[in-house]
Amino acid sequence: MARFLIRRLAHSVPVVVVSSFLVFAMVAAAGDPLAELRSRPGVAPETIALRSEQLQLHKPVPERYLGWVARAARGDLGTSVTGEPVAPLILRHLGVTLRMVLLAVPLGVAGAVLIGVGSALRPRSVLDRAGTVLSMALVATPVFWLAGLLKEAGVRFNEAVGRTVVFTVGERSPGIEGSWLAMAVDRAGHLVLPTLTLALVAMAGWSRFQRAATIEVLHATYVESARARGLPERRVVGVHALRNALIPLTAVVATDFAAILGGAVLVEVVFAWRGMGRLLLDAVNGSDVHVATGWLVVTASVVIVLNLLADLVYAALDPRIRDA
Amino acid sequence: MGSSVVARRFLRHRSGVLGVVALTGLFALATVAGRVTPAGHRRLTTDYSQAPSLRHPMGTDAIGHDLFLQVLHGAQKSLQVAVVVTVLATVTGTVLGAAAGYRGGWVDSVISRLTDLVLTVPVIVVLVVAAARLRQQRDSWLIIALMISVVAWPQIARVVRATVLSLRNRSFVTAAQGLGASSARIIFVDLLPNAVAAISVSATLTMATAVLLETALSFLGLGVSAPDPSLGRLVATGQGAARTRPWLFYFPGIVLVSICLCFAAIGEGLRSALGPDDDER
Repeated sequence: MARFLIRRLAHSVPVVVVSSFLVFAMVAAAGDPLAELRSRPGVAPETIALRSEQLQLHKPVPERYLGWVARAARGDLGTSVTGEPVAPLILRHLGVTLRMVLLAVPLGVAGAVLIGVGSALRPRSVLDRAGTVLSMALVATPVFWLAGLLKEAGVRFNEAVGRTVVFTVGERSPGIEGSWLAMAVDRAGHLVLPTLTLALVAMAGWSRFQRAATIEVLHATYVESARARGLPERRVVGVHALRNALIPLTAVVATDFAAILGGAVLVEVVFAWRGMGRLLLDAVNGSDVHVATGWLVVTASVVIVLNLLADLVYAALDPRIRDA
Repeated sequence: MGSSVVARRFLRHRSGVLGVVALTGLFALATVAGRVTPAGHRRLTTDYSQAPSLRHPMGTDAIGHDLFLQVLHGAQKSLQVAVVVTVLATVTGTVLGAAAGYRGGWVDSVISRLTDLVLTVPVIVVLVVAAARLRQQRDSWLIIALMISVVAWPQIARVVRATVLSLRNRSFVTAAQGLGASSARIIFVDLLPNAVAAISVSATLTMATAVLLETALSFLGLGVSAPDPSLGRLVATGQGAARTRPWLFYFPGIVLVSICLCFAAIGEGLRSALGPDDDER
């Protein structure tokens, strides 16, 4: 198992190196990070020359990248165009985004298991048909439009209730002060709609997968033999079938983490969150090489860690993997 | 299985047929509209912010654009992107996936790492960064289609690789090897025909993915550039007006969802036409 994990980690390193170089080179070639500074009246040429020197704009891109890697290896992700250290900047925004993502994933899994197993147990029932229609519709719905729909629904809901219950703008109310509890409630109110959007999108594909996996297990010979031994159906399904039917979903969820983070970027734009999505778009628009590359490395690392966690869960559930 | 059998089985799949008919109809309508009023989607009328009417079936925006023509034009662009991406990604993915599955070794390692890349790095990020670099170009939809192909092919390669891997030690392959067939011949004549079902289903899925990625990029302002309308940008501009002029937000979104639903239905139809008889799944 340990060897398997180490091999997985070793495979991830070239992925991060290659993709970070691509992002570094593309953002570096996209534009002049000091364009805004240059266009501002009254900025001394010496200031621009100094900033240009600090950002090493005169050096070739591969050399700048290698310098960046050398510092990144020691945990220093450089500074942004405005001179802010990148690592804390990214961590601050990552915290905001992960709040939504780490809540949406379990929510999506729970929904997918309920719908998937439910419709597999009763094929062609009302639940099965409703689940099929719902997941097909959700798979076909772009996440940014679904976010817009839910935002609109949230506004209407608030109007109907007469006060703001679910917030539709931002990740927290500006300038909120008070007890720890008041702040938690405020953040929870802001979390509802974005998290729901992300969870629904993830749930759609997973529930289809869970349905197919459950049907497959229900037809497996060991389940037939459990039935033939006269075990009550409840025990056959609950104990024998379900445990194995839930395992494959773990792998699917793991492969979807990157896509979910990508979806979070769009959800954040709709709900005007200041998380990783905003940070990336600002970095790309401002040709901020260090922020964009740091963004990529940090998100890729998060995905890799989440993937490893999923592998561990998979191994814990499936002895064939654990002992391999 | 002969192609006529597949066609007959596909035609029995009602929603799949409906998907083909609807998409063909949409594309034809957009083409006709493009012929009748070549710059109709760009024309500024004096009907500002009008609700849907006979004159403007989907209403107009604040500066008098006819939303129906804009949506048609945007849908056409999305479909063009989908077709280009699917052709490029399917050909590349099939060839490289088959090579990886059959040859193994370093070819397999390189292709597997590329697949990992797409599973580790959010695809939208690669596209956002590349789009920022390339957005000044003309014919932006073609560039976007190329970019999406680059991130879309590993998915198909993965499917093809898995199919080839499961078949390459079967006796008919050993027999072909024994008869002295070249690797290329074995891949194209013996192995790939067995992967047609898997390839065509993932190709249809790729179409939907391409549409979703193109519109997402345009939604962020990095996709199909003005003056060409894109469904993604229409949704983005309609968002702010969802309250006062709901048609600007809902119509582009509904058309977008319908396009993706059609692709999903076609995929289901192909799956049932090409797959084994299995009514329960």
